[in-house]
Formats: sequence, structure tokens, C-alpha cells
Amino acid sequence: MARLTTRSALLVLADGRFPAGGHAHSGGAEAAVKAGRIRDAADLEAFCLGRLHTVGLTAAGLAAAAALGLDPYELDAAADARTPSPALRTAARRLGRQLMRAARAAWPDPELDALAAAFPGGAHQPVVLGAAARAAGLGPEDAAHCAAYETVGGPATAVVRLLGLDPYRATAVLARLAPVMDEVAARAATAAHGGVDALPAASAPLLDITAEQHAAWPVRLFAS
Amino acid sequence: MSLRATARIAAGADGSLPVLESDGPLALRRTRAAVPGWARVTVVGAMSAPLGGDRLAIETEVRERARLRVDSAAATLALPGRTADPADYELRLRVGPDGVLRWLPEQLVSAHGSDLRVRTTVELAATARLVLREEQVLGRHGEPPGTLVSRLTVRRAGRPLLDQELAYGPGAPGGWDGGAVLAGHRATGQLLVVDPAYGAGPPAARPLGEHAVLTPLAGPAVLVTAVAPDALALRRVLDAALDELAPEPAGSGCTAQRIPHSGYGFGKETRVRNDEMAPLAKGSPEHVNT
Repeated sequence: MARLTTRSALLVLADGRFPAGGHAHSGGAEAAVKAGRIRDAADLEAFCLGRLHTVGLTAAGLAAAAALGLDPYELDAAADARTPSPALRTAARRLGRQLMRAARAAWPDPELDALAAAFPGGAHQPVVLGAAARAAGLGPEDAAHCAAYETVGGPATAVVRLLGLDPYRATAVLARLAPVMDEVAARAATAAHGGVDALPAASAPLLDITAEQHAAWPVRLFAS
Repeated sequence: MSLRATARIAAGADGSLPVLESDGPLALRRTRAAVPGWARVTVVGAMSAPLGGDRLAIETEVRERARLRVDSAAATLALPGRTADPADYELRLRVGPDGVLRWLPEQLVSAHGSDLRVRTTVELAATARLVLREEQVLGRHGEPPGTLVSRLTVRRAGRPLLDQELAYGPGAPGGWDGGAVLAGHRATGQLLVVDPAYGAGPPAARPLGEHAVLTPLAGPAVLVTAVAPDALALRRVLDAALDELAPEPAGSGCTAQRIPHSGYGFGKETRVRNDEMAPLAKGSPEHVNT
């Protein structure tokens, strides 16, 4: 259990201003806007809800497992198997590397050093997120909350820029999804206690399909 | 009344089938494989199952150097049962050293009111090859879908290669029909090809039209992921990918699934083609009309 005194560390890690590079990624929202699948706040909410219960749950499970101290090599392989799109694997490793740099500065820790040395090109971001949470004294459920929140925070911010959506409405979408984030984080943390094989593998076909199309666009606002 | 049944298949290197055990609604038939050295098994009986509460399983073992093709005579139709319990359908596939498995069943149709959990687990030796197709159709023509949760876990040489779960329907968590997951499409499917010959260089990622993609996995394998408005459009995409990535072995007569419309499996053409099979179960399964 995370001690009460770690609550502020969780805020630091989850803050959008934490220099981990997440702001450059839309979580598939840029491709969905272009395809006409996100036109307003209601579409954004359905998109984010789908992300939460699929890739959000999967990422939260990996993050919770890493925060618990499960073998990061096994977790990274599990993340690869859950990420069929090479564009998304590349993005996840790049984000993992950026997060690692920030985390090592924020919470110096020999386990983080070892993980960074083992994956010079970056481990999958949720694995690094869990390891960073662990270094910050946070627990598996904290790491899962962070992962769940990032799953929807990125697209909501991106859609404000892409569609000119009213930022108050985008924030209201996130607030409405807060109970779902809690539920997803709790499920992920529970699963993590069952070991690597018990981790969720929920997937979203359209995110995989559009990720490769998006990566091939000559001009785009977001990296993924 | 719910059923428990486990059917078993084992294929040997000489084209033999040392184990071929039907059970309950899962009737297995040895069917003709035109290429010497291959064995072929057709699942003929699952079209009236699984119903809610049923627990069905097929265990398949492809032994060292064996080559096996498994297909089905008809689409599998998940229907509501008398109990509120979900039905379980478990597929456990193992392919030994230098073995080859082509697992090419017809669609799984998730009828309104049904609730099915599918668990497919594949264990591959490092030198094994695999072609695996799975297709899910959300409801028969014009009806809303049932609930389906389908997980596919593939391990190669003991390491995870692919692990995915798809959930949709009224019993699935929210957002499954939103812009991130299916966005109104009513058929979705995958074609997985694992071949050690890919080595470090499987084909590069590329879109296959607007609603499908070919992606190299982090291992000697490629996955085609597709969504489509209906079962026919989905099959067209996956067939084109199958032709390109893993065409039928030369001389094989195993072409039943290529006949237009036979994908639904309820028509006469499937029976006519598979003349070595026992007649299909009695009754008139509902026609899937897409």
C-alpha cells in the first residue's frame, strides 16, 4: 500500500508538465479526427472510453506489475506481444526512454539505472512508468492510475488542438471518465498480483490499423 | 442443459492422425488433403453450439515434422442458452519442431443474446510454422451482437509472441463500438503467420486498404488485423493476405473456404465439396445473411 506521504509524488509523476514527452502523442486521436471518427465531445468520450478498457487496461497492468517489482525483461516481452503495430512499439520505447531520463533525475534509484542500462533504446513506456513509480515510493495501484490517466489525458488534450474543441468540454470528458479510470486501475493492479501471465491483453483493432497509416503521413501534428 | 465436451486431434509426421476424438457437438472428420504428407481435419458439428453455459474445448497437437490443416464445415454460431452463464470455448494448439499447422476455421458469429468466452492458446516450437485465422461477426444479419470476449495467446519457444483480447457486445466494457475499437464495423478478424524463415526480416508494415493493416510482430511473424462492415468484406481482405503470405501448398485440394459465399458454411456448397464428411447435423441452422 502506498503511504499517504507519497500522494504528492504521484501528482509529480502524473503531471502533464513532467518532462516525459507524452504531449507529443495523441493516442490515435489525430488519425481518428482525420477519419471523422472524432467530431465532438461525445465522440471523444467514446474514443477515450474504448481506449481505457483496451490499451489503457493493458498498459495499467504492465505498469502495476513493474511497480510491484516483477521481472522487467518479462514485462517488456509481454508488452511487445501486446503491441502488434511496429509504429506503436517504436513510440512506446521512445516514450519509455524519455520517461526514464526524467525519472532518474527525479528519483535516483539503482533499479532504474539497471533498467536503463538493459534497454538503451528504451523499454516499453508502461514498464518504465511502473519502475519510476516504484522508485518514487509509489505502489502498483498508483502506477496503474497514472497509466490509465495518460491513456485518456493525451487524446483529450490533442483533440482540443486538432478540432478546436472547447477545453472545458474536454476536461469535463476526463472528469466523467474518472470513475472508469479508477475501475480500470483497480482491475489492473489486481491482475498484476497474479503474475505476468495474468496481465490483461485487451486490444483495439482500429488503433492498431490507424497507427501504421498515421506513421506514414508526411505531415502530422503528433508523433502517434 | 449445458454441455461439457473436449475434442482431440494429434497429427503425426507421416500424415497420420494418431488421435481424432470427437465429443458432443464437436464432431471431427478426417477430410481429403491432396498434398502427400499433410493431414486435414474438418470440424463439422459446432454450428449449433456453443450455447450459454456450454464448456467446449478442442486440443490439437501437431507432432514433430507433422503437417496439419484444420478447417470447419460451417460458421460457429454462439447462441443464448437456458442459463445466464457464459459459454466457454477453449482452443489449445501445440505445434512441435518443424511442424506446420494451418488453422483456418469459418467465422464465429455472435448472435443476439449470446455470451461467449473464447480462449485460444498456441504453443509453438522454435522451428514450428503456423497460419491462423480468426474472424468474428457481430450478430446475424440486422441483429445486434451478443457478448464476446476472445483472447489469443501465442508463445514461441516459451516466449510470448502475441497476446490480444477483444471484447464487444452488451456485456463488454464500454467504448467497444467507439472510434478507438470498432467504430460501427460489424466484422473483425486476424490472420497470423509465424514462420522461422522470416528471421529478423518479416515483411514491412503496410496498410491493406483503409480498414486493415499488415504488421510484423517482434518475432518471426506477421499479423493482419482487419475490421469490415460484414463477413464477406472481411474474408476478401484476409483471403488476399493469405494468398500473399501463406498460399495453400501446391496441389492441395483444400480450397473449400475459397468458394464465394461458402464462408457462411450453412449453404449446400460446403457439403458438396466435402463429400467425405458425414452429413451435417439435422435441423436448419439459421442462415447468416450479410
